[in-house]
Formats: sequence, structure tokens, C-alpha cells
Amino acid sequence: MSLNANALVDEAGSTDPIGDGPQVSTGRGRLVLKRFLRNRAATIGLVIVVLMFLSAFVGPDIDQWKYTDIDFENFQTPPSGAHWFGTTQTGQDMFALCMRGLQKSLIIGLVGGVLTTAFAALVGACAGYYGRWADRILSWFIDLFLVLPSFLMLSILSPWFRGKTWMILIPLLAAFAWMITARIVRAQAMSLKNREFVSAARFMGVPGWRIILRHILPNIASLLIIDAVLNVAATILGEVNLSFFGFGVQAPDVSLGTLIDTGQQDIGSYQWLLVFPMACLVVLLLAVNMIGDGLRDALDPNAQGAKSKVRRPKAERRDSTPVLTEPVTVEVD
Amino acid sequence: MSQSSESFPLQSQNGRAVSLNDTPALEVADLEISFPSEAGVVSAVRGVNYQLRRGEVLGIVGESGSGKSVTAMAVLGLLPETAQVTGSVRLGGRELLNLGDKEMSKIRGRELAMVFQDPLSALTPVFTIGSQIIEALQVHQDISKADARKRAVELLDLVGIPDPQRRVDNFPHEFSGGMRQRAMIAQAIANDPAVIIADEPTTALDVTIQAQILDVLKTAKDVTGAAIVMITHDLGVVAGFADRVMVMYAGRPVETGVVEDIYYEPRMPYTIGLLGSIPRLDDTERKALTPIDGNPPNLSALPVGCPFQARCPIVVDVCRQVEPVLERAGSDVHHSACHRAGELVTGSLPVDEVYPVPEIPEARAARIPRDQRPAVLEITNLHKHFPLTRGALAKRKVGEVRAVDGIDLEIRAGETVGLVGESGCGKTTTLMQLLELVSPEQGKIVVLGKDTANLHQNERRELRRDLQVVFQDPMASLDPRMPVGAILAEPLRSFGRKKAEVFARVTELLKLVGLEPEHANRFPAEFSGGQRQRIGIARALALEPKVVILDEPVSALDVSIQAGVLNLLEELKAKLDLSYLFVAHDLSVVRHTSDRVAVMYLGRIVEVGDVAQIFDAPSHPYTQALLSAIPVPDPRKERERARILLEGDLPSPTNIPSGCRFRNRCPKFQTLAEGDQARCIGEDPSLHGLDEPGHEAACHFAGALSVV
Amino acid sequence: MAAYLLRRMINYLFLVIIAASVTYLLAAWIFHPENNWLARHPQPSWSVIHAELKARNEDETLTPIWTRYANWVNGLLHGNMGIEIGGNSVAQDMGRRIGVSTRLLALSTVIGSIGGVVVGVWGAVRQYKLFDRVSTGASLLIFAMPVFTLAILLQMFATWFNNATGTHFLYYVNEVSNPNQPFWTWSDLVDRFEHLILPTLSVSLGSVAYFSRYQRATMLDIMGSDFLRTARAKGLTKNRAIFKHGARTAIIPVATLLSYNAVLLFTGAVFTEVIFTWHGMGEWFISSIGQNDVNSVAAVGIFTSILVLVAGLISEVITVTLDPRVRV
Repeated sequence: MSLNANALVDEAGSTDPIGDGPQVSTGRGRLVLKRFLRNRAATIGLVIVVLMFLSAFVGPDIDQWKYTDIDFENFQTPPSGAHWFGTTQTGQDMFALCMRGLQKSLIIGLVGGVLTTAFAALVGACAGYYGRWADRILSWFIDLFLVLPSFLMLSILSPWFRGKTWMILIPLLAAFAWMITARIVRAQAMSLKNREFVSAARFMGVPGWRIILRHILPNIASLLIIDAVLNVAATILGEVNLSFFGFGVQAPDVSLGTLIDTGQQDIGSYQWLLVFPMACLVVLLLAVNMIGDGLRDALDPNAQGAKSKVRRPKAERRDSTPVLTEPVTVEVD
Repeated sequence: MSQSSESFPLQSQNGRAVSLNDTPALEVADLEISFPSEAGVVSAVRGVNYQLRRGEVLGIVGESGSGKSVTAMAVLGLLPETAQVTGSVRLGGRELLNLGDKEMSKIRGRELAMVFQDPLSALTPVFTIGSQIIEALQVHQDISKADARKRAVELLDLVGIPDPQRRVDNFPHEFSGGMRQRAMIAQAIANDPAVIIADEPTTALDVTIQAQILDVLKTAKDVTGAAIVMITHDLGVVAGFADRVMVMYAGRPVETGVVEDIYYEPRMPYTIGLLGSIPRLDDTERKALTPIDGNPPNLSALPVGCPFQARCPIVVDVCRQVEPVLERAGSDVHHSACHRAGELVTGSLPVDEVYPVPEIPEARAARIPRDQRPAVLEITNLHKHFPLTRGALAKRKVGEVRAVDGIDLEIRAGETVGLVGESGCGKTTTLMQLLELVSPEQGKIVVLGKDTANLHQNERRELRRDLQVVFQDPMASLDPRMPVGAILAEPLRSFGRKKAEVFARVTELLKLVGLEPEHANRFPAEFSGGQRQRIGIARALALEPKVVILDEPVSALDVSIQAGVLNLLEELKAKLDLSYLFVAHDLSVVRHTSDRVAVMYLGRIVEVGDVAQIFDAPSHPYTQALLSAIPVPDPRKERERARILLEGDLPSPTNIPSGCRFRNRCPKFQTLAEGDQARCIGEDPSLHGLDEPGHEAACHFAGALSVV
Repeated sequence: MAAYLLRRMINYLFLVIIAASVTYLLAAWIFHPENNWLARHPQPSWSVIHAELKARNEDETLTPIWTRYANWVNGLLHGNMGIEIGGNSVAQDMGRRIGVSTRLLALSTVIGSIGGVVVGVWGAVRQYKLFDRVSTGASLLIFAMPVFTLAILLQMFATWFNNATGTHFLYYVNEVSNPNQPFWTWSDLVDRFEHLILPTLSVSLGSVAYFSRYQRATMLDIMGSDFLRTARAKGLTKNRAIFKHGARTAIIPVATLLSYNAVLLFTGAVFTEVIFTWHGMGEWFISSIGQNDVNSVAAVGIFTSILVLVAGLISEVITVTLDPRVRV
């Protein structure tokens, strides 16, 4: 059960140690790409996101209506050749509105997700690597922000940023979403810190910030990439949640959240007002999550077995730090 | 196949003759196992045959990837579902391979028991030891809970758990590694099995604990009369325990025979190489080890012909075309899979000339008498205490771990000092204290004449050039995300070397450790363990240090690889005038590499002396026990050696006994008169000189004893 | 152990105090409660407005924020949470609304936790089989749906269902049909249950999806562990080993998730309460922001922080109970 074929191959030196026979070196990047593309759901997700990008940013140029335009001949008409997604009560083109909302979701998600992860990586890596006081202070902030629910805080802040550019939502959403990733990064950094290659760098006189940049962060890159994708989804969701209650993007501008809010008031009678923005949102989030899952499988194929112990002959357990993870066993060496 | 259903007449080691007419307890025939994987089909096992009778011990020896553990898992029916298994496994005549999980689970644990390698992860953390043994009993027997519990206590008592009445309710994390392994054995013998398979049962344990566990396994065998399959990478472990040995390589047995045949008359170059590459405790003179070059083949792309051809020093054309099968070599129970076995048998190809013996130059410094050489590293009265916290959630201080409790050590230019001790003795803490180059809590560290207490930031950085380290695990000590060139360049860059200079130095370093300059662009994962350790050594040498600390540099490597790395270290030391602090738990390796040896126990050095003094006339009872616990790859010697078995585990460094810290486990203490015992209890012995100069021991009643 | 829990409790309490204070200060700084009166027709005089604001300790033009904060804290210490914009006592309203939210969330929490664990464990055991694929797909879909989308879809489904069956089995607004119906009678309970179905689904589906993914991952970790192999080697069948030794161990890390889930649940409840018009804490929060009601919003802040505190403590107690390794 605990044996798996990949582990066996590793044990037997599948990577054809240098020296015997021809060396075929498949780059890690290519291997990851291969694994990712083999995952059908992930590939579909990627295609969907690309298509959504295209339609959100190129679509409005093809459509004859701008989201601010009002068609005085068509109020609340169902989808047609002229208005692909129908029109609103005031004669706005639903397609143009949806694409406008989608643009916003895409930008907010992408920038916000990356920002969140970058900040989390910085805080987590510093807390984990430097330890001691840096860790105590940063961990305390992580705990504090965890007690402040994002939605609650941003709703309270909404009257303050009302009237400012919607772009301000991006740093705000990030400010209340970094904590869990930071915790994970912190834990990873703590375990990497005790790895011998980090000690080796330290004993060679490499300064701390450089160790973080050159050793710690590159070694948790896969985790960060996966988390960034998940944070993209979380940030999109965060904005939509706020906008649904009118705490996010403000009229006359629109977001998928405000569109769904408007659409649900006419539930049952004018379905196109609800269905199209909702579909845009759900399909987008689904695609992003599928990419995230695919990336996880591709980057971290042994995630399940990652914790299983590496067998090495006569390996001694060593803990140079006295902080024991195992509660009662005391092993100093 | 010619080797199939070949049966070996047997003479069990404990003298019990086994009749050939018995149904074998376990019979494995033509077992082949393969796994699909991303790299193609992995042929993990390619034809294994053996028979085993009750009371008999079969040692299966091989390096990682040789298929030895996979074979065992196949016998138990515990391979993943993706595995393709063909052949036959018969237990008491009954075929097992076609049984489903439900039927197999009736056999597993009752007739067929298993002891695993890592006792830390092999027991369920959330159930008590007792409940796990009770479960093993109740699964197979109709037995009441109370009776099962009584039996569990008996079993724990049998395997040597002190105070089993109380300990039965402990959780696995409350047991030490050795005790967990004892509990595993108790669980394995609970239902009186016919066959016990032990997969590296002592690999994760310290050597004195290993001796205890081997002893327990012997007891288990005697009590149950079970046949034992002992899987190991260590030829020493099975020498005194097994009746027969099967050496595996690349998924196949390459040599089988009774234990004497294998050790005294090996007929396969791989076995010969394995025996020649182990540093031995009983070597009187130091000779270069004979490494087996190269690496085991890739199991998903095996070469045509003999899988060992690429590493074999006596390879001939036929080896590259035809894979040799097991054929009789010498006695009729001795079989070897080698095209040249005939020459080895007749002696036209002498066994000790199969491998060329490498030349190791002598160090220049060694020609100058020791006391005229300057000290490069001096440790005086070093202490390091840690607060002891308990609980994973509630970290609260419950005491103090006296990890290093006052040690003195001196390394002179050009010498190798071996620092030896078991886990928990404080050797790693000592080493970390040295490497931090900061002022210790108590005591003094002087590196190359500079006291670390008085160093400024910049001086400390400068001093780092002169004191470098090679870590135990070459996998963990190289950043997997960096190409080798960048890894080697890192120390150079951090000391501001120019780019062109760095490039030249990297090339030079790679050549120095026997790698190619083109390897600079490859990533660590593309190298084998031995090659990675060479990279680690190259990195340590990048800044041209004077002192190198070697932290268990070969203990993570397969034996055949170890020898090459040890030889390299020896060669570099002579070439570059280095001094080594060689930290190790393996006394045979230390005997092979060191000039002087210091033995650590519970934060103290208990004995120090020249290598000959320590090994030929060990004077501290702990050193004696430690030496006697190490198995020697020599079956006759092993059977004759009397083992000094230590009682119990290492005491916690929070709770060090009064007076002599070794007294409660000391075999000598028990033989002393009451007045003398009082001295051990009341007075903490310090290191004092013995008959020969330079040999010191911390024992009130130190006396030499030959134990090897 | 008790001492340890007490220490954790004090630490949490500290965080709660800070979180509640941050909530109050932000609201007091950002909100303009006077707008409620300025928007009235006819507009009341400023002296009236000042008097109304003073009664609520919300006069930002006359009283500095720190003084208001001090007053608020002083009030809290005397068990007084102030007055709503509408004039009711915050404490009274809060008490009533906590009742409503609890009735909504209690069932969802249980379903979410148990359902998540069961689906996750079973998905891991049947990895890549039909059940696993379906549950994985379903949770991906649920993750892609904001709670309000799910709630709206459920409402649409209820309308269709009721029309198709010609019944009123699924209610999609309010907690009860008639606010004055007698409490604790059989018909009352049935009525309440019918009202509870859709909101419970809307809150708990997310939790099930979330928990099950996590449980599946930890379970898969455990499936490769040595001790499971040991359990099988001593004669347990694969399934018995997995459920007895595997699931028991794999459940531990999931238990610690509870603390995060409390916040998650609350956010989920905001949407559910608003869409299904339950007058609970979530709905109160949304309407209070609309009314610039500092005291009510601060009360919600206190409520959520305490929720986190309680959940954190519960998760620690559970961990300690389940995991002998952390017991001291």
C-alpha cells in the first residue's frame, strides 16, 4: 500500500544517474507541462479562461453596444441577434454589461490573487525563516487578521472607498486574504530552514534575505503557484460577494456581482438578466479551480506521499533545535 | 528456468537438522513483479526462488532497489493493486498469490507475520501499544479482551519491555525507537506464526539497540520456532543470524548459499565487491576499501546481458549478451549467477584480485609527530543546554536537556578525529555549536587560534572559509532547485569572487571530486547518492578550508557507494592538507578513517584515544559495549563473539543519573563490590589518563577488554 | 491541560478584544449616522439630531472618536451595548437574532462537518472510482458558486418544484409561515423544518464540499502510511484497516479546521439570511451598514470574534481529545 511505482523507480534510480549510458534530461518545466496537459479538466479550464479573456477584452469591440449605451427601442428584451444576451430594463446591452463585469473579475482576480500570494509568501517566509521575535510578531498579526472576517471588514470599509476607483478593491481584498497562505508558507519555511542545504548556505556565510530568495521561496514555488491560482478564485469571489450587496463596485459601473443582484430581483420573469452574469461567474470560477487542481497534480504528483518517510540506511534522527515537534520523545542528536 | 525449484539441504545454525521431506514453511518460485510507471514498466523483481523450513533463517541482502522489500510485500500480498505479480508463493504448501484480501487477511498475522523497518511510523499513533497487540490477537483468535490483554502483557514481557503491566497502556510516541520495535516484534509473534518476515528491522536503530533487537528476534524464533526471512542491506547483521543468504541485485538473486559460502567463498563479483567495500571492525591494519564503481541499473530500462556488467571489473563479452542464471558454484547448495563463476571456483581468477585496490597517498602532516603539530580546533568544557518543552500545543518548559555537558576535544593539523556516539549523545549539538561560530553558553571554542567568543561579525564570516561542513544526507544538503554549478558557486559568490574566477573554480572542484565539468549544468536529482555526496564535498572545499567537519558523510549511502566516498575523503585530506572532525555512529567507519577517536555518551566524552587504543584496548565499559554490539561480516567470528548487551535505553538527557552517568546501564557496575558501587553513584568520573599516553577514559574502574 | 486551555483562552480573548475594537473604531470612523436624520423630510433641526446622536453615543461632529470608544467600552463593561439607529436596544435585538441564526446554522454545521468527513473519507477510499469522481466534480462546481448563486438557484428550483408538484413543501422565504404561530407544537415544527430545508442546503453544501476536499487529502496521506500496512500485516482486511486505523487518524487535522469554518459559516449565513429573509445576525449586519448603525455593526463584530474564539477552543479541545500525542 505504501509502495507506489514512482517511489520504486526513484529508489532504483530512474533518473539514470550520470555516468552510465546516454543521458536524457527532461526539463522539469516540460514534465510539468506534460502532466498538466494530460489532465483533461485542467486543459479545458485553461482554454475556458483564455476564451473568457478574449471575449471580455475583444468582445466589446465586436459588439455594437457599449455597456453605457442605451437602446431606446429595446427595453428588457430577450436575447436576439442585436442583443446577444438581451437588454436590461433601461435598455442596456446585457452582453456588453457582462463583458464589463467579466473584465473586472478577471483583473481583480489575477492581480489580487498574485498580490495576496506574494504578500503571504513574504510574511510567511520571514516568520518561518527568522523565527524568534519576527515569528512571534508576524504570527500574531496572522492570528489577528484571521479573527477579522474579510467580508465583514470590507463591508464596514465600503462607505469609505465608495466613489474611489474600483481598483482599490484589489489591495483591500488582498489585505484580508493572505493569512492562511502565509501560515502554510511559514510552516514550510520552518521545515526548510532545518534542511541541510539551508544550513549549508548559512554556514557558508550567505545572508538571511538571500537564503529566503534563493533557497526558501524557489523550493516552495509549486505550493505558491497552486495557492496563487486558488487565491485568484477567492479574490474573484470576494469582489462579487461585496458587489452583490452594493459594497463593492458602484453604479454606473457594473460587476458580475451587481448584475446578479439586479437580475435576481426579476427572478422567474426575465431569466436572461440573471442567467448570463451567473453563468459567466460560475464558469470562470470553475475554470480557475480546474486549473488549480490540474496544477496541483502536475507540480506535486506525490503530494499524497510527500509526508512518508524517506528510507535511508542507518539514518539518525536529528533535531538541532530543541523545539520538539514530537511531544514527549527527547532526542537531541 | 534452471534455478527454479532447486532445493537446498539444510543444517540450521542452531544445530537442528531439517529433513528434506518436510513441506517447506515458505516456498517462493519464479516470482516476478513489475509496476507500470511514468518511465515505463519497472521490473522490480525478475525471478526469485527460495524455500524455507521452520526454524530456519534466510538473509536477503541487497542495496536499495534490488527488489528485496518488494519480494517480501508480494509474499504478504500487500503490494499496491497496480503491481503485476506472477509465479508462486506457497505457505505450508498453500498457494497465496491467487488469494483475495479477505482470505489473505486470515493468514497475515497468524501464519505469516511481518516486522517493518521504521518503528516510528509503523504503529498507529492514536491507539495504545496494548490495544494494537490485543487487536492482533482478537483478529485471529476467539479470545476475551481480558485474556488478550493478559497475553499482550506477557508478550511485552517476553520481548523485554520493562514494567509491561503499565507500559501496555502507553501510546507509541511514549516508547523509544527500540521499545517500539520490540512491541512490533511482540505483535508479530502474538499468534505464533510459521514465518516471520523482518524488513530491515534494525536499520533505523542505534547499534547497541540493534544488538538488543537481534537478540529479541532470536528469542522470538526460539519461542515460536518460526522461519525467519531477514531482509537487510547490512552484511554484518545477517552474518551471525542467518543460516542461508541470498544476495539480490537488480531484482534477481545473484548468489545464494549457506552463510559460510557467501562470506568466505563469494562467487559473484557483486558479493565480492560488497564484502570488500565494508569497513570492518576487525581489520587490524588500514587498507583501502574496494569500491564498486557506478550505480545499479535503471529497472525500467535494463541492459541486455548481466545487469551488473557496467560495474563489474571482470566483465567479458558474453556478459553483455547473455544474462547469467544461477548455477552451481562450488558446493551443491552454493549458486552464483556469473559467467565467470567457474574461474572463481577453480581459483584461476583469485577472488581478492577481482577488484583493483586503489592507491591512497599518505598525508604529509602525518610524518610529523602529533604533538609537534598545531591544534586547529580546541574545545574546552563546552556546554549546551536546551529548555525541554512538552506538548505539541502547550509548549511549556518542564526541564532542561543537557545535550552537551562539558566536553574537551582537540584536533591537530592533518589528523582525523572521530567523534562517535549513538543518537542522543550530543554529537550533533556539539557540531552545530562549532559551526555557528558563536560564543558557547559555557566553555570555549578556539578555531585556528581564534576564540569564537571574541569574533566580530566580519571575522566570523572570514573564519567560515576555514571551517566547512559535509552533511549526512546528500539529498537534503543540496538545493534541488539549483544546478550543481550554482550550488558550488554559492560560497564563492558570497565571498565576492569574480565571475570568471568562480567558473574556473567550479570546474576545478568538479574534477577534484571525480565528476565531469559538464555536470555543472545538471540538477542534483540527476545524480546518484554517491555523486551527490561528492558534490557536497566539493562545495565544502570551494573556499579552501583548513578544517572540514564531516557529519555522518556516508551513513545515508549504500555500502557499495560508501567505499568510494571514504576513499575520496582520504585522498583529499592528503592532497589538500585537511583536518577532519568525523562525526559518526558507525565505529567500523571510524576505525577506517580516523587517527583519534572520542566516544560520547549523554553529553560527555567517556573515552578518547588513538584509534588502536580505542579498538584494541577499549577501557570504558560503554566503549566496550558499543564495540561488541557491532556485527562483523564474518559468520564464524560472529557466532563466537560474546555480546555485551546493554540494558534499556539511553536515559533522557533531562534526567542524568547522579555520579557516573553510565552506571545504571553499566555491565561493570553490577560486578562491583558495594563500596565501589557507592563511588560510581556518588562521584562523577572525569577523563583521566590510562597506561598509554593520549588514552583517557572517564571511568573509576577503567580496564582494557578485548571485544572485537 | 486546563491551565493550557486557560492560557489559550486568554490569548484568544485578547484577540477578540482587539478585533471587536477594530470593528468599532472603523465603523465609528467611517459611518455617518447623522445621514439618517439629514435624509428625512422634513429635515429635523441639528439640535434634535445632536440629541438623537448623543443618545446613541454616535455624534461624530461633537464627540471625538476616542471618547466615543471609551463610552462604548464603558457601556459594554456595564452590559450595555447601546441603542440602534431605530431606537431599540442593541442587546435585545442581538439576543433575538442570535436565536434565529443559531436555528439556521446548528443543523448546517452538523451536516457540513459529518457530511464532509464521510464524503471525504469515502472519496479517498474509492479514489478515482465513480463516487470519487462525482464528489470531486460536485465540490468543484460548488466551489465555483458563491453562496448567493447557490441560494438563488435553490430558490428557482423550489419555485419549479412547488409548481410541478403543486405543493408548498419547499419554502424559500422567512423562518416560519406565521410569526405568531404557537411555538413547539407539531405543526410548528413541521413548518419550521420545511422552511429550514433550503437555507440549510445553501449553507451546508459549501461546508461539505470544503471539508470533504480536505478530509480526502488527509485520508489519502494516511492511506500510504506505514501503520496501515502494519495493521494489514497483522490480519486486518484492507477496508477494516482503512476505517479503523486510517480514518481515526485522518480525522484529527480536519477537526482543527473548525475554527476557520466558523467564520466561513457566518459569511455564508449572511447571504442565506438575506436571500431567504431570515432575521438573523447576518441580515442585521447588512441592514446596519445601510443605516450607518455603528452600535449594531460593533455588536456583530463582537459576535463574530466570539464565534472564532469559541470555535478555536472547541477545535483545540477536539484535537486534544482525539490525538494522544498532544495530550500531556
